[in-house]
Amino acid sequence: MGTIDRRELLPALIPNPDKFLIISGLAGASKDAAGLTDDGPKLFTMAGTMGASVPMGLGVALSAPEKSVISIAGDGELIMGIGSLLTVSSMMPDNFTIICIDNGMHAETGGQLGHTSRRTDLAIMAEGAGISSVMTIEAPEQILGASKFILNEPGPRFLWARVSDGPPTPYKRDFNLSTRREIFRTAYLAET
Amino acid sequence: MKAPDRKLWSKLVFDKLVTAEVSLFSYIPDFGNTDIIKMAEEHNETQTVLLSSEEEGVAICAGADLVGKRGVVCMQSSGVGSCPNFLSLIKGGRFPILLIVTMRGDYGEENHWQYPMGQAVNPILESMGIQVIQVDREDELEHAVESSISAAFTGGQGVALVLSQKFLGAKAF
Repeated sequence: MGTIDRRELLPALIPNPDKFLIISGLAGASKDAAGLTDDGPKLFTMAGTMGASVPMGLGVALSAPEKSVISIAGDGELIMGIGSLLTVSSMMPDNFTIICIDNGMHAETGGQLGHTSRRTDLAIMAEGAGISSVMTIEAPEQILGASKFILNEPGPRFLWARVSDGPPTPYKRDFNLSTRREIFRTAYLAET
Repeated sequence: MKAPDRKLWSKLVFDKLVTAEVSLFSYIPDFGNTDIIKMAEEHNETQTVLLSSEEEGVAICAGADLVGKRGVVCMQSSGVGSCPNFLSLIKGGRFPILLIVTMRGDYGEENHWQYPMGQAVNPILESMGIQVIQVDREDELEHAVESSISAAFTGGQGVALVLSQKFLGAKAF
């Protein structure tokens, strides 16, 4: 477990969220992402389909190669779809970043301990999958370096952010996936 | 009964998908989708995505749809069992999806392991709101492909084009 307060992670890591298309997985990751963008039109958050945030982000990145795309996933979410790291590695999208906000537990369902609270090293797993650029942070003073990592290192990138056990951003986002699909598509297509 | 020439029918399916502006072909390899994927690899306006699990393909195609592109997921019928939770995107979010399912465990199957999942394909798809368009005979294929494309990408539906073993021919053991 790290010493980063997750509520302060994304604003410092992604100071210009409007420059990205962002897909976030269920629970805390999506609360943090919605807080970052004020639940903006270029963010698609999930409240189900556990494990879908990385492949959906990959689908966006492959289909919109001119855009920078970020998938944000909790550790449980990432692990449920862990095979997607291999798929991302095989496709090598230069415009794609995966951020795992790892609190070592399933906070949404009561704080039950997860695999990363034991011996699992997600950075080694990402490297083993063949992701080109991998970085681990666990203290607040490392966030600035991670922000540069997202902008400058060759993609695809995997950032393993080990945070403390505190709560996510208290943001009430729109759960209507049908209208959120329309909002995202309309915002993207209006820009292109 | 002789099975239809896979290269020929695969070309018909592939050409219709390309004409319908499908640009992304995600897949788990199966005997039945071999030629479709080969054509997609060789075509310069389509890309193929080798998956680690079929459900990934559902999410990847939903991501493509978010930026106005069209994708399909090609899988053997056993892969349908991996997909239901992610199909929530289709039923709940009205993302279009076209699954191309090549059957095992139905007509003429000799591998006992394939029966349970083969028989569960239609109930699973239908329970998640996916329309099943099944092909049993060669002369049904062209219209079935057109109907699938239209329902998915014009109608915004979730559709599975299911190619049965009556059409494909059963694998010999």
